[in-house]
Amino acid sequence: MAGNNPNSTPMNLTLKVWRQKNAKTPGQLVTYKVNDISPDMSFLEMFDVLNEDLLRQGQEPIAFDHDCREGICGMCSMYINGRAHGPEKGTTTCQLHMRKFKDGDTIVVEPWRANAFTVHKDLSVDRSALDRIQQAGGYVSVNTGGVPDANEIPIPKSIADKAFDAATCIQCGACVAACKNASAMLFLSAKVSQLAMLPQGKVERKTRVENMLAQHDAEGFGSCTNIGACAAECPVGISLENIAMLNREYIAAKVTSENIV
Amino acid sequence: MSWFTKALSSTIGRKLLVAITGLFLCSFLVVHLIGNLQLFSNDEGVAFNAYTYFMTHNPLIRAMEIILLIGFVLHIYEAWSLTRRNQSARSVQYAVNRPEENSAWSSRNMGLLGTVIFIFLLVHLYNFYFKLKFGEIGLDTAGNKNLYAITVEAFSHWWYVALYVISMVALALHLIHGFQSAFQTLGLNHKKYTPAIKAFGYFFSIVVCAGFAAMPLYFFFLY
Amino acid sequence: MILDAKIPEVVTLDAKIPDGPLAEKWEKHKFNVKLVNPANKRKYDIIIVGSGLAGASAAATLAELGYNVKVFCFQDSARRAHSIAAQGGINAAKNYQNDGDSVYRLFYDTIKGGDYRAREANVYRLAQVSVNIIDQCVAQGVPFAREYGGLLANRSFGGAQVSRTFYARGQTGQQLLLGAYSALNRQIAYGKVQMFPRTEMLDLVMVDGKARGIVTRHLVTGHIESHSAHAVVLATGGYGNVFYLSTNAMGSNTTAIWRAYKKGAFFGNPCFTQIHPTCIPVSGEYQSKLTLMSESLRNDGRVWVPKAKGDKRLAKDIPEDERDYFLERKYPAFGNLVPRDVASRNAKLACDEGRGVGSTGLAVYLDFSDAIKRDGLDKVSQKYGNLFEMYAKITGEDPYQTPMRIYPAVHYTMGGLWVDYNLMTTVPGLYAAGEANFSDHGANRLGASALMQGLADGYFVLPYTIGDYLAQMPAAKVTVDHPAFKEAETNVRATIQKLLSINGTKTVDEFHKELGLLMWDYCGMARNAEGLQYAKGKIQALRKEFWSNVKLYGVNEDMNQTIEKAGRVADFIELGELMVTDALHRNESCGGHFREEYQTPENEALRDDANFAYVAAWEYTGPDSEARLNKEPLAFENVKLTQRSYK
Repeated sequence: MAGNNPNSTPMNLTLKVWRQKNAKTPGQLVTYKVNDISPDMSFLEMFDVLNEDLLRQGQEPIAFDHDCREGICGMCSMYINGRAHGPEKGTTTCQLHMRKFKDGDTIVVEPWRANAFTVHKDLSVDRSALDRIQQAGGYVSVNTGGVPDANEIPIPKSIADKAFDAATCIQCGACVAACKNASAMLFLSAKVSQLAMLPQGKVERKTRVENMLAQHDAEGFGSCTNIGACAAECPVGISLENIAMLNREYIAAKVTSENIV
Repeated sequence: MSWFTKALSSTIGRKLLVAITGLFLCSFLVVHLIGNLQLFSNDEGVAFNAYTYFMTHNPLIRAMEIILLIGFVLHIYEAWSLTRRNQSARSVQYAVNRPEENSAWSSRNMGLLGTVIFIFLLVHLYNFYFKLKFGEIGLDTAGNKNLYAITVEAFSHWWYVALYVISMVALALHLIHGFQSAFQTLGLNHKKYTPAIKAFGYFFSIVVCAGFAAMPLYFFFLY
Repeated sequence: MILDAKIPEVVTLDAKIPDGPLAEKWEKHKFNVKLVNPANKRKYDIIIVGSGLAGASAAATLAELGYNVKVFCFQDSARRAHSIAAQGGINAAKNYQNDGDSVYRLFYDTIKGGDYRAREANVYRLAQVSVNIIDQCVAQGVPFAREYGGLLANRSFGGAQVSRTFYARGQTGQQLLLGAYSALNRQIAYGKVQMFPRTEMLDLVMVDGKARGIVTRHLVTGHIESHSAHAVVLATGGYGNVFYLSTNAMGSNTTAIWRAYKKGAFFGNPCFTQIHPTCIPVSGEYQSKLTLMSESLRNDGRVWVPKAKGDKRLAKDIPEDERDYFLERKYPAFGNLVPRDVASRNAKLACDEGRGVGSTGLAVYLDFSDAIKRDGLDKVSQKYGNLFEMYAKITGEDPYQTPMRIYPAVHYTMGGLWVDYNLMTTVPGLYAAGEANFSDHGANRLGASALMQGLADGYFVLPYTIGDYLAQMPAAKVTVDHPAFKEAETNVRATIQKLLSINGTKTVDEFHKELGLLMWDYCGMARNAEGLQYAKGKIQALRKEFWSNVKLYGVNEDMNQTIEKAGRVADFIELGELMVTDALHRNESCGGHFREEYQTPENEALRDDANFAYVAAWEYTGPDSEARLNKEPLAFENVKLTQRSYK
């Protein structure tokens, strides 16, 4: 069927995909050929085609994570040709389209690599460490009910907008994958900044940053050395300003919090 | 551990130490450079040797020397321990990786650059500081130890000049990332002044390192 | 006529709606429900399947109250539930804009928008608690859009003439879900919620006629396990993926509610599906899902097609007087903001007439050039920037330059497990919340109401009504050693083994695509008896073929995505048949259910209130026998049933 673009000639590609049985077994790159790939296909649709082929040939399909396929759930996670989520800036793997590649290209696909993210299988990794960081304090401690009217506390638009920018993080882990140090600092900083900027979150800002950083470190993520690869590869454009704010929050908390242990 | 040591041994705490000591070392570079500019005073080293005497005998400077040593040790130790931690955060490497698409080479190789600078520092200290302190050194016309003569001698060897120049390039790269990075670590990142910090850091790194590199080149080619 | 003969005797369902005036029902009910005393709450366990808006909010709130909660989701994190993808906003009758909104107006709009097929009492309660939801979310730190004065901003949405929609750029769903997820995380940290990600519910377990637990499969290890509780909540979302192509996430499925249906929970109005008018059109056979462009785009975008059939000129080459802005022409009062079902059907009509655009002819234009001229590029990009970006990424076209091409796609299922006023299904102790229940939206949901309903159910309804149920049952636990659990586990294992052993020639996706096409062609935007009869036969045949010719790979004890898909598609096939049965029996058109035989001369849905003002609640009677129809008559005491008009 004709695609959206007039010049959509199908492509033949070589894929080198990381195959790994489970966390305990070492993996390796395996080469596959895929033919007649439409430039209008998404990267994951190209994987669907490959998996259907493998299955029909009696081979094991490639396990990979994906769900919403519209760039918001953060589940897809492929390291494509040496880049987290592939070559297109500000784009998740599921929103990457094959028109970004050329006929005859070889594409290497690997899972996110970090010791804090163990490989479940093939391209699927365990990112529960990111959940645990949030459980350490990424919330405002309010119960359901008994809260003030939504318009009781005005929040300057500029602050609401900045908090929103931080809140757009989709928790995909590309920052960790792209970071030389496998640090989750961009993720952590987005969460800390969002709540530290809003009046509702300010109440617990000190304990929050102390506890969340402690969890980040305990999970085995590396430290931030201000390389900036995370922000450059972040599909939703979380800014390094958040890491500066995290540092500020941390310093202020350590100097002034009541927590002396 | 107390809250204090705990705070400083977290990932942010350690890099905070690296940042603070780094900026402190930058200030040392400025003092060192300004002092050493007297090498260019064209008086057969009288002024330079007098300055050397002052630097080795003023009690305040002697005290600062210890602080400087602590600064170096902390900077190196904290950076080294962070690097170790960071390396162990990813034990399986990517088969194909293209970090050049998302970050500057120098920012990813601060450890390597730091190591080059560290080796240089050892050579540099051995050649000047230790000779001055513990070696047999002749006196100049004013009766001060003639470190100037040692400098002239050292910079007559091409390989020695090359080591210095290469090391200064490494230092410049180290500073280009390190200077602005320190401000980011201290939590100072704002669209109003961050571009200025970055621009100044760039200017600072080039000027300071070019200044230092000019000394061996001057003695090798022009003296 | 053959149909009527097939349907066995009808049972009338009691929705347990409290007495009294509409506006006082919920208050009165909250007073009348029994409470579990605070010290006893910790003796009760509640299972919640699904971690979206409804599931996460219910879990957090129930845990705050003191119950022990176990939450299950198939994704790797609770935050990835598909609520995350909602774009436009959430309605609330705050009347912050002073434009005449009220609880009653939101109630009225929702009932009317649903084409008078929703339960008045539920909808009124929904409108009442809508105001609390916004307060709650703001307190959690949800960064809603604000005006320069610092107060909350609102926008208008389809089917309403007031601005009551709160939003967070184009990702309100993500922001609201992150709020609920943060509340959930807090309870996980306190140890009150145990979270089970990458775990799929495969069966409901009943003991003494009550829901007492579930059987799950861990999606990484294949481990099959039982969990027991005093009550089970299904908040597993909708079943739009029965159409294969929909705006749902790839993993969204019907399995949890379908297996509950097979254990005795009635299925309400399965044929009521919403086709969203503004989605990016299909580009090829490989298409795996459809992407929605928020309905909010219709605030500023103008929908048009060429006046002439088969006009293949580029949009920019078609002069103004040769364009047909068909929504504005037909519905001058609401214009481009008519409800979703109306907008979708009109787009389909235009394409059926041969006036569709793009290479497939299955698309209409959504044009922003007038908005850009009027408000400037900046303003438009501020409002819709991320949506435009997404469109450009997917299609490779720039919507600032050329009009978007859109086409309707399956988006939401109003149908779901039948629940009473307490959100309890016909199985005691089994609740359904959010899109998983047959819900408050009748035959058509208004934009920005899904988020409202999910959070209303989770934060403000279930915590009261579950307490009422638990207060009346002993705290004694049932262990997973109970024979009912063992039997369910055995069945789950046997089904998986059966699927693995077939080793046929067709992949699960092939079956799924085939089912999807049947559903889209015969049970989609327009339906007729002949087509539905045909589809029913085809689906029955497809089911037989599936169980004799499907091809999976590998073993259960592994991360095996073919098993996941196969189980879900097996259920979709059965559900598809029930949807067709339901669509066939409902001899009227209403909301998203458009039977071609029943339409006004202007092609509007023609309801039959005398015969069909009821909820069809289908009861499972066995694998090879017809489902039994039960009815919940809908009484409209507060609104007058009228022909919906958006002219």
